[in-house]
Amino acid sequence: MKPAQFEYHAPATLDAAIALLARHKGEARPLAGGQSLLPMMNFRVVTPAAIVDLNRIPGLAYIRAEGGTVRIGAMTRHRQVEFSPVIAEKLPLLAEAIRLVAHLPIRTRGTMGGSLAHADPAAELPMVLQALEGEVVARGPGGERTIKAADFLRGMLTTSLAADEILTEVRFPATPPRARCAVEEFSRRRGDFAIAAVAAVIERDGNRCVKARLATAGVGPASIRLRDAEAILERDGLGDDAVDAAAAKAAATVEPQSDQQGSAEYRRHLTRVLAARAVRRARTVQ
Amino acid sequence: MAEPVTIRLTVNGEAREGRCEPRKLLADFLREDLGLTGTHVGCEHGVCGACTIHVNGEAARSCIMLAAQAEGAELRTIEGVAENGKFHPLQQAFHEKHGLQCGFCTPGMLMVALDFLRHNPDPTEAEIREAISAVLCRCTGYRDIVRAIAAGAAAMRKTAGPG
Repeated sequence: MKPAQFEYHAPATLDAAIALLARHKGEARPLAGGQSLLPMMNFRVVTPAAIVDLNRIPGLAYIRAEGGTVRIGAMTRHRQVEFSPVIAEKLPLLAEAIRLVAHLPIRTRGTMGGSLAHADPAAELPMVLQALEGEVVARGPGGERTIKAADFLRGMLTTSLAADEILTEVRFPATPPRARCAVEEFSRRRGDFAIAAVAAVIERDGNRCVKARLATAGVGPASIRLRDAEAILERDGLGDDAVDAAAAKAAATVEPQSDQQGSAEYRRHLTRVLAARAVRRARTVQ
Repeated sequence: MAEPVTIRLTVNGEAREGRCEPRKLLADFLREDLGLTGTHVGCEHGVCGACTIHVNGEAARSCIMLAAQAEGAELRTIEGVAENGKFHPLQQAFHEKHGLQCGFCTPGMLMVALDFLRHNPDPTEAEIREAISAVLCRCTGYRDIVRAIAAGAAAMRKTAGPG
């Protein structure tokens, strides 16, 4: 189908874009990469009165490592992340996950900020935001605020962004060199949204697990941290029994839904299998 | 009706201009306003890949871009792939390896493969299969498409020469 009618704005500054969103009082949508918004408009699932195209605003696409933080501009395309040596070095989990985000011709257009603000429950980037304990920067008429991952992702396609706020930047703490990361995902075809996925970040000291971070995609209304499973690893270490116990806890924690791609029970099963695989891969000393 | 927008852009090296509603999809603008019907429209929601073109040198799906977004852009469509009436080596390989049956997905296959091979000029079969997972072929001719891309890549490496 074709989109319903809308007013089209392509402002040259962030302030102008925010003013347009405020003026339309929730009836306007910001357009970043458009790889989720345009399909929804073509289906007329969303029929915004106005589109505020962010692609003409300079200075929103960058990847910068400063101190222990990696800052990624909201309009940075997935392909830039995919080929970035900074990301490969500082955020290996993101480097691995970005290759699982849709297909090549989607990654050329899709953006970091757009994917997070869309908050598809099966998307990889919200899972990465959770696992790496990232935060987003949002700017609105009242100024700027930072929102932590857990406070940002509120539910199915829902974030804590206000209708007149624009996500401008994503910040991740650089992953320490001794940490190991893994993403395990199951989908029908490579490039499809995950039926289930688990990301793991493990820091070990000998046989002790100093820090474990586990997060999900596809197995609930929003990506969540698997804190109880993390606690098992941090308490009991990285032996096979502890990994299996953590994976079982992960499966018990998630609240998946059934759809045509798989039942809730199947997704719960996948959560256990993928959590165990992710931790086993991430515990390996290189 | 929303105010029409004027779009000036470069398509296959030629300056073009059009005027349309803001809601017009780039794929429809290419086909209906610029008469470039080589870009095919299948699913209209970014799944089938038939409408893939190059936007500023990178593969993108023209059914999930607005024409208005292409203001000032450089586009390349399937019409711009052959040079001087002669097939591009990748097109030649599709011809020789029977890389198409009905031909509906072929423009998308070629445009994705061209961007893919730019970054990975000597791909494995698995990498080719992953790359073309972005385009659906309902004749299920994938085997010959994979062969065609491998052969086309080899021909392109030869044409490009060392360095």
